[in-house]
Amino acid sequence: MTTADVTAGSGLKTMPRESTGGFDHKSGSRALRDQLARVVMWTAFLIAMVPLVWILWSVITKGAAIMLDSHWWTNSQRGITNRVVGGGAVHAIEGTLIEALATAIMAVPIAVMTAIYLVEYGRGRLAKTVSFMVDILTGIPSIVAALFIYAVWVTTFGFQRVGFAVTLALVLLMIPVVVRSTEEMLKLVPNELREASYALGVPKWKTIAKIVVPTAFSGIITGVLLGLARIMGETAPLLILGPYTKTIATDLFGGLMPTLPTMINQDRTEVLQPAVDRVWGAAATLILMILLLNIAGRLVSRLGAPKT
Amino acid sequence: MAKRIDVKDLSIFYGAFKAVEDVTMTVEPRSVTAFIGPSGCGKSTLLRTLNRMHEVIPGGRVEGSIHLDDADIYGADVDPVAVRRTVGMVFQRPNPFPTMTIGDNVSAGLRLNGIKDKKALAQKVEASLRSANLWNEVKDRLNKPGAGLSGGQQQRLCIARAIAVEPQVLLMDEPCSALDPISTLAIEDLIGELKSTYTIVIVTHNMQQAARVSDRTGFFNLAATGKPGRLIEMDDTQKMFSNPTERTTEDYISGRFG
Repeated sequence: MTTADVTAGSGLKTMPRESTGGFDHKSGSRALRDQLARVVMWTAFLIAMVPLVWILWSVITKGAAIMLDSHWWTNSQRGITNRVVGGGAVHAIEGTLIEALATAIMAVPIAVMTAIYLVEYGRGRLAKTVSFMVDILTGIPSIVAALFIYAVWVTTFGFQRVGFAVTLALVLLMIPVVVRSTEEMLKLVPNELREASYALGVPKWKTIAKIVVPTAFSGIITGVLLGLARIMGETAPLLILGPYTKTIATDLFGGLMPTLPTMINQDRTEVLQPAVDRVWGAAATLILMILLLNIAGRLVSRLGAPKT
Repeated sequence: MAKRIDVKDLSIFYGAFKAVEDVTMTVEPRSVTAFIGPSGCGKSTLLRTLNRMHEVIPGGRVEGSIHLDDADIYGADVDPVAVRRTVGMVFQRPNPFPTMTIGDNVSAGLRLNGIKDKKALAQKVEASLRSANLWNEVKDRLNKPGAGLSGGQQQRLCIARAIAVEPQVLLMDEPCSALDPISTLAIEDLIGELKSTYTIVIVTHNMQQAARVSDRTGFFNLAATGKPGRLIEMDDTQKMFSNPTERTTEDYISGRFG
């Protein structure tokens, strides 16, 4: 467009490319790079999906049959040998649930309090130290947590290996997960809500208890459920502190407590079909339980989001 | 029940940084006082010291004194929580509690301070919403979340929430800056009604608003960025906008800077 066109007021008629209304055409090389990036991204996604789908497919196809048998959900493996078909996994399911529940009862209050301290009160050196400790705890391999509890519980105090010892190790693993997720949720609560509450003459502790935590509540619960899902699949503490047994055990302090991971471990070297089927069944059951927890976590966060 | 505010030789700090220097002023009861001035001159900061909200920020502290009638609100054994019950505040952005209904938002201050009598609470909710000119719009949906209201309604809800605890003084930090002209008008009318009961201090960037709603106006300015803000001049709004004593006040009001 020349200056003459503009001054003549006829600029619109002489636009160089009618089809794009005067804008430049999209450059060919940029479109190509866009396509290339798209292909690379999808390839990476599919590669990442292969092992996931493969695992789910093998476990479900091999474990589904035994899970559909009603005995699976009602019977234990008491008196059943590796040559015999039958029995169930209820002892291991119960053990896993009891230990997970006990872990949550111990870990959640500590973790939520710690997160509240870090977000609402923590200033200076103590807060930095606590935050650093949580980071360290996050990085502890589960086998180290298990051996630490073994050293304290069995070697130092001379107690038996019982379900409670397992939960102690799981508490160590669950606390940092819940601290971090709760911290994130508390930080999402706008500061304006805290100030609005202070300005009404509400003390700080009450502001936290009645305004901040309720606002973040569904997020905190989601974090707890995801933390639970993580520790339910944990295996090292179970192998070291909670050996397998075939009978139902509900006492955390009295003797061995069977769990799904130890049930899988127990029979994993078996070659006889009835035992092999039970291994797949236990694996599929564990995956199902963790999946349900994950779904529950997501539901809570969706339902609990502030309504408008 | 409205109270007089006496500020004397007040300097306000953020850590080592002095944000406001040597402010001395008197705010009369049952009147509207507006603080105007360019951004960063410390008018909001000063407002937040009047109910001890400034010290909520890490490193926030003050020197000097503020008296509410005869009581020193920065006295050694004064509980800041008690000060805030007497001096309420409305914020720039409407901030209803998202987990609470409209009714619960209004009664939040009372309930969180231990009042449980359902009947008394319901009466207080209605009275406060009526004072905030919001009752007719929300009376049929007191059980709905406060976040469903429009911005202007939310701000009036926040005003209702603030006056439900029966403060003596109401501080407003740019209460209309996030609102459209119609909602702004509603809030300005409301301020005019509320001043018969409360001492009102309002910070505003809108000079027409200051001229419309306030009885007295304080003009703040700072010498340069990084220097503390100062109270340049404070007088009757009429005089401030027609015939100010200070040259900078006139320059600011006539739009020559800021």
